[in-house]
This record gives sequence, C-alpha cells and structure tokens, in this order.
Amino acid sequence: MPSRYPRSSAHDHRYHELHNQAEEELARTLMYSELHALPPSHPAAPPEHLKEPLAYMRKAQAGWEKRVLKSLNSMSTELGVPLARMRPAVEQKELMNKWNEMGTDEPDLSRFRPVYAPKDFLEVLISLRNPNHDSSEDVSARSHWGLIQVPLNVRDIPQLRRAYSELNLATGQLGIDDHAHVPPDLFENDYVQIGKKVVLDQDSAAAQQYSRQGCPTGLRADLWALILNSTNQPPDVMHYEQLKAGVIQHDLLVDNLIYKDVKLTASNDDYYFVFEDFLYQVLLCFSRDTAVLEHFKYNSATPPKSYIQGKVGDEECAVVYPPNGVIPFHGFSMYVAPLCFLYNEPSKLYSVFREMYTRFFFRLHSISSCPSGIVSLCLQFERLLQTHLPQLFYHLRQIGAQPLRIAFKWMVRAFSGYLSTDQLLLLWDRILGYDSLEVVAVLAAAVFAFRAENLMEVTSLASAEAVLADLSTLKVMPLIQISLFASAI
Amino acid sequence: MSTIRVRKMSGSTEEVQAVSCSIKPPVYLQIGDTRTDAAHSGICVVDVSLPFGKPVSIEEISFKNYYTASVSVRLLRRGPGQEAPAKWCTALRDLSLMNNPHTEGGSQDFYSIHRTQMMEEPDHVVSVRLILRQPSSAWLTFSLEDIKIFPHTEPDPEKEVSDWLSDLTLGDQHPDLEGLPDPQTVSSSIQQMWALTEVMQTNQTTACIGRFDVDGCYDINLLSLT
Repeated sequence: MPSRYPRSSAHDHRYHELHNQAEEELARTLMYSELHALPPSHPAAPPEHLKEPLAYMRKAQAGWEKRVLKSLNSMSTELGVPLARMRPAVEQKELMNKWNEMGTDEPDLSRFRPVYAPKDFLEVLISLRNPNHDSSEDVSARSHWGLIQVPLNVRDIPQLRRAYSELNLATGQLGIDDHAHVPPDLFENDYVQIGKKVVLDQDSAAAQQYSRQGCPTGLRADLWALILNSTNQPPDVMHYEQLKAGVIQHDLLVDNLIYKDVKLTASNDDYYFVFEDFLYQVLLCFSRDTAVLEHFKYNSATPPKSYIQGKVGDEECAVVYPPNGVIPFHGFSMYVAPLCFLYNEPSKLYSVFREMYTRFFFRLHSISSCPSGIVSLCLQFERLLQTHLPQLFYHLRQIGAQPLRIAFKWMVRAFSGYLSTDQLLLLWDRILGYDSLEVVAVLAAAVFAFRAENLMEVTSLASAEAVLADLSTLKVMPLIQISLFASAI
Repeated sequence: MSTIRVRKMSGSTEEVQAVSCSIKPPVYLQIGDTRTDAAHSGICVVDVSLPFGKPVSIEEISFKNYYTASVSVRLLRRGPGQEAPAKWCTALRDLSLMNNPHTEGGSQDFYSIHRTQMMEEPDHVVSVRLILRQPSSAWLTFSLEDIKIFPHTEPDPEKEVSDWLSDLTLGDQHPDLEGLPDPQTVSSSIQQMWALTEVMQTNQTTACIGRFDVDGCYDINLLSLT
C-alpha cells in the first residue's frame, strides 16, 4: 500500500480506492487519451477498416458526404460566394478590432441556409440496410418496431447495470444526493474533498473515475480539463493565436454557416445568448485547425478535398476544406455553448471543445457501427423503449409518432439546448466518466418513460411532440437511475 | 496483405510470403433434401489444399470474416515418411469471430490464427479444412474471404556462430504459452502502442506547422466529389 494514502482518514481511503479502481480500469482497457479512440487493428486491415469496419456503412457515409458537398458547392455557385477568400488588408484590420464583439455584427445571412439539419441525417440513418441481413417478415421473433434497421449490438438493461454500476441506488450521486433537502455531510462534503484532492494531484485517470458520480460545480472545469488532457500552456495559447490569424486572413463560406447557426440557435437560447461572442471565437478558429484532421483516422467521415484554382488534379495543390475537414450543420454551435459556463478564457475554452469534439461529438453526426456512434444510440434508444415500454411504443407507432423522430434531435446534440444547463453538465460528467455517449440513449428512453402517462393519451405526432417539447425541468440523474436500476426486468 | 513480418530467433524480422494454395468453393451443409429445403445452412466447409507433394509447416492462417460466427480448423497432416498415411486432426475448435452471432460485432473483421493457438502442431500439412458456423438466421450468407496461409520459416543459424551454439538457439521452437497472454492480443496491443506513438508524433508536428493554405494561397475550386 503506497504510503501517501494513510488509512486514518475516510477521505483518503476513498480517494485511494478511487485511484486503484481507475488504475485497474486503465490497465484493463489501455485507456490513454488518444489510444482509446483507436480500436485494436489487424496488420492486414486497411486504414478504411480502422475508420469503419462495415463496408455498407462506409458506403452510406460516403454517399451522405457527397450529398453534403454537392449542397455546399451549389450554395457557393448560386450565391456567387467563393468557398474561401483572402480578406483585403482593410477588412483584416476591421475584424481584428472587432474580434471580441463579433456578435454585434449584423451581416446579411438571409441568403445562407444550413447545409443540413439533423432530420435530413435521420432519414439517411433510417434507410441504412445491411445487404446481408435477412429482413424477411417470417422472422417475427426479431421484429423491431423502430426505424433503425441495422443489427448492431447494443446493451440491454442487465448489461447496462453492470457497466454503469456507479450510478446505482446505493451510490452517492451529484444531481441527486446534493439536493437541498439532503444534509451535505451525508455525501456531498466528503465527495467534494475527494474531488479537490484529485485536482491537486492532477490525476487524469482518477478524475475520469470520479466524474462518474458527477463533478462539483467549482471543480468541474479542472476535472474535465484533466480527463481530456487539455492544457493551456504557452504552446496551446500560441496555437490558438495562429488559428485566430487564419480567421483574420481568410474568409470562408462555412463562416457564414457558423454565424447563421449561432444566430439561429445559441443566440435564441435564454441560457447561452450571453456567450455569442465566445462561440464565434471558438467555432471560426475550429474551422481553421488542421490538427483536427488527425481524428479522421478513426472517424468514418472523410475531410472534403479541393484544389487551388487552376491546379485541379495537381496533388501538390490539393487542400482540405474547411481546413479542419468538418462542415458545420444546424445546431453545431450547441456543442460549444455549455462549455462557456466552465471556461472564460478563449484558448482554454477552445482546447476543451476541440477535445470534446474529437472524442465524442463527431460520433453524433457520422455513420458508423461504433457503440458510441449515433446509429447505435438510436438503436439502443428504440430497443430500450420497445423492451420496457412496449405498450407506449406500440401506441406511438400507431398514431404515426415514431419515438425516434422526437428523440433524435436530443441525441444528436447530446441534449444541449434541451435540458437546463446544470442538468446538462451533470449528464456530460457521465459521458466523460464512462468515455461513452451511451447515457444519452439511456436518458432519451428515460424521458419517454417519465412522460409515458401523458404520451399514452395523445393521438398525433404533433401532440406527442408537444408533450416532449419542454425538458427544461427534468432532473437527469434520478431519471437515469430509475431507468437503469429501479425498473422491473 | 500477402506477406507477414516474422521475427526470427536472431531478433531480425523477415517478410514471409503466403503459400499459394487452392481454396475450394465453400460447401454449405444441409439436412434433408437440399433442393427443397429452404432454410439457410448454418454450417459451411472450406477446404484449402496446399501444393501437391509439398507439405507445409504453418505459421499463420489469416482471413477476412464475412458474417461467420465461429470457425474450427482441421488439418490433414502427412508424416515425414512417404508411406505414412495422412491423418486429420483438429487444430482449433470453435474460435469465436462474432461475440454475438445475431449482431454486427466482428462480422467483417480481419483475423489471424497463429500456430501457437493451435492444439496440434501444424507441420507437414497437406490440406486445411475450415469449418464455419453461423447459427443465426439473421444473415443471408456467411463465409471467409482472402484466406491466406503463411509458412513457418526455420530460423537461419548465424553463419559466424559455431554449430553447438546454433543448436541451443534452435532448441525450443514451441514455447509453452500457458498463463501468458494470447499472442493475438499482445500483437494488437503492440499495434495500438505503435499507433499511439505515431499519433503523438504527428500531433506534435501538426501543432507547429498547421498551415492550411498552399504558399499563402487558399483560393480554391469547388469541392471534389470523387
């Protein structure tokens, strides 16, 4: 037993326990920050197999990307706006002066439309088919009432209980046991002390394990940065400044999409409108960051390619567009908005967002068979609902209100903009703690379970949407806990 | 990939070519009248014949899966004497390729079976029989693709080392792997570690370079659709 964990104090014992659990987990799964994203690969497997092992999913992703690129090309041609343009010196100077208040600008964005919205993407997922899958009607034992028709392996409740054991009824949780009516010395005080120690020791693995029970508000920023290995050292700040220079120098068509998205979503949100300027500062820089291209090794998506004018076909003049290879869609800015509550320094905020995106968020808008990918999350949501609330599912199906059509928009954004921020951050604590987006699917099913009585009364998709329109009063941890540990199996 | 890299006793590595073999068309087994029975078969036999008159000692069998849930490997071995009759033995029984036969996990993955995973020594092998099983009715068909057999190479004695020393190094060809991790897991972990160092190295350089333009120019054509 290492001597720096004396047995005398209960805090230290619990901390030591936490640390050991974390180390075991680490040893078991070889979980380093970059490593966790790379699945075990066979030497004969080509790079595309690492991105996505299933051929039909690769094909579907390629087809979807082609549609998006065509759409972007059309926009550029029809509006007469080039994909990229070097800003004249005057404009560069102007932008530099206005950098901290880009939100005050009121550019004419009426001509720009988002390249796609989540519901367009949902249609693609619904049409996914495995050509080797026997979907003849005879096989009734496997009948699936939902929209997703690909046979991915998703975990059921007994498996989820084992995987998410720290969320059980007997374990203290932030989001439940820190409630105003619960005396803080029962759980909260001790838990916060342990958290402080984790931060002091800069222990990344322990921080991840700790986050499973939630992060105290005062420690969350540091804990998340630890888990994500996000630093704000001079090289990081310099990198951010370099990106900012890239924004000043070139104007990109996708910038208008970002402006439009921020104006349409975050600026209209009561919680996030104050952060409008931050969102531009992060997202515009994000588009210029070629370091993001690394994540395409394990992302089923491929960055769009183009050539310098007049040099089509010359590989020396081939470039990626936008520089980070990510085309923003309607709602993209909501991935950044909640982080503004935690970090107020742009380069730090940027660093954390970039890590969150290249670890988690990219999986929400690309077609892959990964357990954290949006396809698996959709299937898991539908399976959980069909297994545990069959009457509700059947009823909703009958009235033309397929549950996924309502839940999809929540899951694509990992609930950002739908929950109140303190609840959203408690949810994202668990995403980081378990290094998986699975809780998002579990929560989506839990929300339907919570409002089941009302939903059984409705008779149309529109009324079902209305019942589920406002999630701002929901408390996520009780819902998840009941769903996983208190439902009858 | 039609070569594998094999580490020899001396520490150097060598690229080993796959043996050219003839893979017979897969035979799907049915119960009852094969013409009228509409049910999909759940078991398939693939025979791989090695070149006639040249029995092979197998280092590794590699393949790409296509919805096969598990595979068994049987070997037809002919003893060293020409008169000795060839005998079948089971080298591997029911290696799981898909952890759930009804779902996608592992369905299109690449696999290797190393000689150390086999229950019998895969030496003097004349023919390999792969028995594929897919108990789930979820799939229309199942098979293995790109089946390759790599021969075991005897390590060369170093020319400058005297005979008695080379006898020592050639000694234990088949280390007892009981209690040690499965070579496949170890080699995947090593692959992962390698990949990690690659990623970390590239990360360092792109952070410094990171230019997205070509000599200051980023006036680009419309996006390529190919």
